[in-house]
Amino acid sequence: MTIALVFLAIILATLLGWLLKHTFNAAPWQMETVGDTAHHGPLGDDKSKLIALLTLLAVVSSFFALILSAYALRMDLGDWVPLTEPQLLWMNTAMLILASGVFQWTRNAAINKQHSRLLPGLLITGLLTLGFVLGQFVAWRQLQSSGQFITSNPSNAFFYFLTGAHAVHIIGGLIVWARATVKVILGKGDADGIRRSVELCTIYWHFLLIVWLVLFGLLLST
Amino acid sequence: MSYVAIADRDHEQEHHDPQTFITKYVWSQDHKVIAIQYGITAIFVGLIALGLSAIMRLQLGFPDQFTFINPENYYQFITMHGMIMVIYLLTALFLGGFGNYLIPLMIGSRDMVFPYLNMLSYWVYLLSVVILITSFFVPGGSTGAGWTLYPPQAIMPGTPGTDLGIILMLASLAVFIVAFTMGGLNYVTTVLQARCKGMTLMRMPLSVWGIFIATILGLLAFPALLVSAIMMLFDKTLMTSFFMPAISSMGVDPGYTGGSPILFQHLFWFFGHPEVYIVALPAFGIVSDLLSTHARKNIFGYRMMVWAIIAIGGLSFVVWAHHMYVSGMNPYFGFFFATTTLIIAVPTAIKVYNWVLTLWEGNIHLRVPMLFAIGFIFTFIHGGLTGLFLGNVTIDLPLSDTYFVVAHFHMVMGVSPVLVVFGAIYHWWPKITGKMYNETLGKWHFWMTFLGTYAIYLPMHYLGFAGVPRRYFSMGNTDFLPESAQDLNAAITMSALFVAATQILFFINMIWSLRKGPKSDPNPWDATTLEWQTPDHPPKHGNWGHDLPEVHRWAYDYSVPGYEDDFIPQNVPPDKAPAGRDHGGEH
Amino acid sequence: MPFAVVLILLVVGSILFHLLSPWTFTELASNWEMVDFTVDITLWVTGGVFVAVNLFMAYCVIKFRYRKGARATYEPENKKLESWLTWITAVGVAAMLTPGLVVWNQFVSVPEEAHVVEAVGQQWHWTYRYPGEDGKLGEVDSERISGKNPFGIDPEDPNGQDDVVVYNPQAHIPVDRPVKFLLRSKDVLHNFAVAEFRVKMDLVPGMNTFLWLTPTKTGRYDLLCEELCGIGHHTMRGAVVVEDKDDFDTWLAGQPTFSELMATPPGNAAIGSAQYVACASCHGSQGEGVVAMNAPKIAGQSAWYLKRQIQSYKTGLRGTHQDDNFGQQMIGMVATLADDAAIDNVVAHIRSFPDNAPQASIDGDLEHGEKLYRVCAYCHSADGMGRQALNAPRLAGMSDWYLARQLNYFRDGVRGAHQKDFYGFQMGLMGQSLHDEQAVNDIVAYINTL
Repeated sequence: MTIALVFLAIILATLLGWLLKHTFNAAPWQMETVGDTAHHGPLGDDKSKLIALLTLLAVVSSFFALILSAYALRMDLGDWVPLTEPQLLWMNTAMLILASGVFQWTRNAAINKQHSRLLPGLLITGLLTLGFVLGQFVAWRQLQSSGQFITSNPSNAFFYFLTGAHAVHIIGGLIVWARATVKVILGKGDADGIRRSVELCTIYWHFLLIVWLVLFGLLLST
Repeated sequence: MSYVAIADRDHEQEHHDPQTFITKYVWSQDHKVIAIQYGITAIFVGLIALGLSAIMRLQLGFPDQFTFINPENYYQFITMHGMIMVIYLLTALFLGGFGNYLIPLMIGSRDMVFPYLNMLSYWVYLLSVVILITSFFVPGGSTGAGWTLYPPQAIMPGTPGTDLGIILMLASLAVFIVAFTMGGLNYVTTVLQARCKGMTLMRMPLSVWGIFIATILGLLAFPALLVSAIMMLFDKTLMTSFFMPAISSMGVDPGYTGGSPILFQHLFWFFGHPEVYIVALPAFGIVSDLLSTHARKNIFGYRMMVWAIIAIGGLSFVVWAHHMYVSGMNPYFGFFFATTTLIIAVPTAIKVYNWVLTLWEGNIHLRVPMLFAIGFIFTFIHGGLTGLFLGNVTIDLPLSDTYFVVAHFHMVMGVSPVLVVFGAIYHWWPKITGKMYNETLGKWHFWMTFLGTYAIYLPMHYLGFAGVPRRYFSMGNTDFLPESAQDLNAAITMSALFVAATQILFFINMIWSLRKGPKSDPNPWDATTLEWQTPDHPPKHGNWGHDLPEVHRWAYDYSVPGYEDDFIPQNVPPDKAPAGRDHGGEH
Repeated sequence: MPFAVVLILLVVGSILFHLLSPWTFTELASNWEMVDFTVDITLWVTGGVFVAVNLFMAYCVIKFRYRKGARATYEPENKKLESWLTWITAVGVAAMLTPGLVVWNQFVSVPEEAHVVEAVGQQWHWTYRYPGEDGKLGEVDSERISGKNPFGIDPEDPNGQDDVVVYNPQAHIPVDRPVKFLLRSKDVLHNFAVAEFRVKMDLVPGMNTFLWLTPTKTGRYDLLCEELCGIGHHTMRGAVVVEDKDDFDTWLAGQPTFSELMATPPGNAAIGSAQYVACASCHGSQGEGVVAMNAPKIAGQSAWYLKRQIQSYKTGLRGTHQDDNFGQQMIGMVATLADDAAIDNVVAHIRSFPDNAPQASIDGDLEHGEKLYRVCAYCHSADGMGRQALNAPRLAGMSDWYLARQLNYFRDGVRGAHQKDFYGFQMGLMGQSLHDEQAVNDIVAYINTL
């Protein structure tokens, strides 16, 4: 459980630091003029969405950190046979890195109001990401055809579980991506809304890329 | 989906408010309606779980006297009773119910920041409840693995409901976690982003603090349950060996190799222990506000109370293995977890002291919510102190898995939070419905519930001392138990049935109040917090009419010297109150 | 006012209940008096806090109850008081924790001189293994578990040959000698708990756990499983007998070793047929059972069950209850079988009989019977053929009148009452959830259809 604990310690330390900063010196019963803490925009504005997304990422990190904890604990039991990962994973990783990069480029375009770049950027990212998901699926098939089934060894089970869980999160992101892309294609929706979707998606893509790199590194090293 | 509650709304906007019955009460995005939907659903499943507990108490008190109880459904009932009470009632009610109702009103927001997501959260929760209830009716019935669902037993024949029952149970939990995450993202973001002007973090009422920290705990801890549920589903359906070692079940080798049942327990309790505080922290917060309001005194040591909530929340992640002292895990862990567990007693004790010190030199109105709040302190002290027995690794040796454990966690996590739930409902009922209830009936309800539950759980500790194991369908004859243990068990059952029956008083009172109750004052308790200062009573969609409130003081300005009234609402500006405020130094 | 009075009464009542309660710790029978000591310290500290805080609260409720015109004081916090309270609490917590950690340290350090007993749990029975003269236990493997080798001991492992195997829920240990119980489970989680010893530990399949103690008082102590292990959890009982060294040595010498068990020749049906003559007068020449003689069908019943019942009659576990008239008759009859070999022979002969279904004689509500049988099926299997691993005999295709009589015996405590008849006790706990004779008839009628 060390991995989960370390992860939690980081999250909680951040939170604690933030809370202490806001609460330590306060003596709320004293009448002091308070700086403007007000929230002026409509409910669910950009900043709220960003905070909600970051909170979600904390939840997803907790999810993966716990699987990795389980992985580390299970690995120490006697019957673990390291899995030889399909070489295809390297290509998938490259695709995901590219997807993340292109998303960043698209995001910059959206912020700089370079609308012509928006659609190609979105489409390329989407294709690369789809390529990643398909690539992962093909990697599964390769493993299966070489007799490496989910029940063959706990290392296999974890491989299928980890890659599957990661792919599900990617597919969830693709749904949001699809909504934004359709809006762009149909010319519907305001530029602000699309920019916001693209910005949030970019963060999510980077996050899932980092998660994948951690997972992939762990899979390779064990 | 089409509307967003707007902070500075104009008249045109108000036409977008839901008009039809369906959009107003069914597919509603109003946090108050969603809160009530959560509340009613949670209380409904809670009543089912209460019924289940009555059935199992019948068996324990009067073994083998009732034809409708057999070992199979007994174990199914204890499992479902525990699971429903912990997850589907208490977690859903405190966060989905009270969290939803109180957060926006107490921090001066029009709604949750994502109303649509909030609505979705309820409907997904309802789906999880439906799946859960379906599991009662599938072939083989619901799972009988105990609410902890320990493998290998949970998925091996020999336990009831290992076909579809356990699968539906795990699926329902996964769906619940999705629902909770949707709601939780909303609560956290709302507290961080939608506080009205002047509402600093340290001016928030403790109810909001409790719910806020509990939500963070839930968001970080529920994934552990999700991970373990998914891995167990794999073990069950795909024959992986995450948790399943090589075994010989009923003389047959089911084909598993090498897994670790203790791994499941680590994951489960990594969720399971914070879960205790997911239920307890909102109760801590709410009870602080009830005490302060009805004692007409500021909560004593507000800052300490906030930090104690945060400290308890943080520590709750490093105590999980105290549920596993005798699980066969590395025994050296015992030293660490016993120490962290007993350390957590310190901030918890501080909270208790500060509640009691809030009463000191107060002006205590013993109204119904206050009775429940003080009743909570009593039962929580009792339940907290017995926790010091079980948390201490040595004492856990004789007491683990006995009735002492059952009595302890029912006292601390059953009776105590439920007393707060009732207190909170009595406290906010006038705000939610605009009606008053019958005070006398409420007091009767309190007395019977409070004394009745104490009569259940105090003796139960002593059965635990004597060594009566939990989760036993029947004891039969033993050498070490006196015959009178069975008589005590019968007495406990009588108390339990009595308590269960008296809950009807609560429902009579509430139904009477809805139909015939007198109109309530908008602020019947002279409370300071924002929810009592709404322009409409009960608050309408959007909560605040045209202008959002502006906060000028903390939530506990009760009996401030120099003022005529013994309370100053949070939104009263300094210059509107009569002069002479002479506390706190700077002005 | 009444509220405060009730609070005070609750505090006083709790103390009185504690002092007067006849329900408290059993008398200690092991070296773990330090556990009781830690409990006592904790009781004093927590009891003190319980009384002090609640009485203070009651005092506040009286003294500061609402009065018209009264006003609460305004006091946001009092740092000095709060830090005092924090420190006092910390000291109290340390006072409870310290002995706890000291004792736990003793618990995790097993003394070198402790002798080893392996307790093996399975749904829903206890069995034991002693290491024999070499002091070493043989390797085990769940794949090797079978009816003949219930412990799954590796037959090739020299350490395992002299292992003493006790296929019985009652263990014996010598008094005043530290013992380390090695705990192993064949299937699911179990927990080894004896109230008088104060210590307990889970049995976890796939790994070995342990606990240790020094028994200080001779006697027989109930052993309970205290980790939910399925529908029969509450019936998973055993016993630990603490006795003088001489008695223990005698007992141990009387138990078979693994190699002896494996070397036991199968029963010889031809020799058994001579001894069966005595049985045939009641049970019939082909073991088909004779209603008029109150003798059930025995043909087709599993060998291990027949053997165990004959042994039970011989050792007085069965047929000694005053209301079990027919069982008493059996006691005289089995006396003709001199030893285990004779029993094996006669059982082998019985196993050679044709297995014809007897005439059904009991009617009942089949639908109700099927519902009731669901619980039975966990052990006796859905087809009623029984399971050796669960010590559950075959029910289907046997004499139904006999089945009904035995079920009634179990319900009424006529069978399974003997202290050492663990399997019968277990069936008694289960049988008691059949509420009347009609339920018994329904279930038997359903078994007739299997």
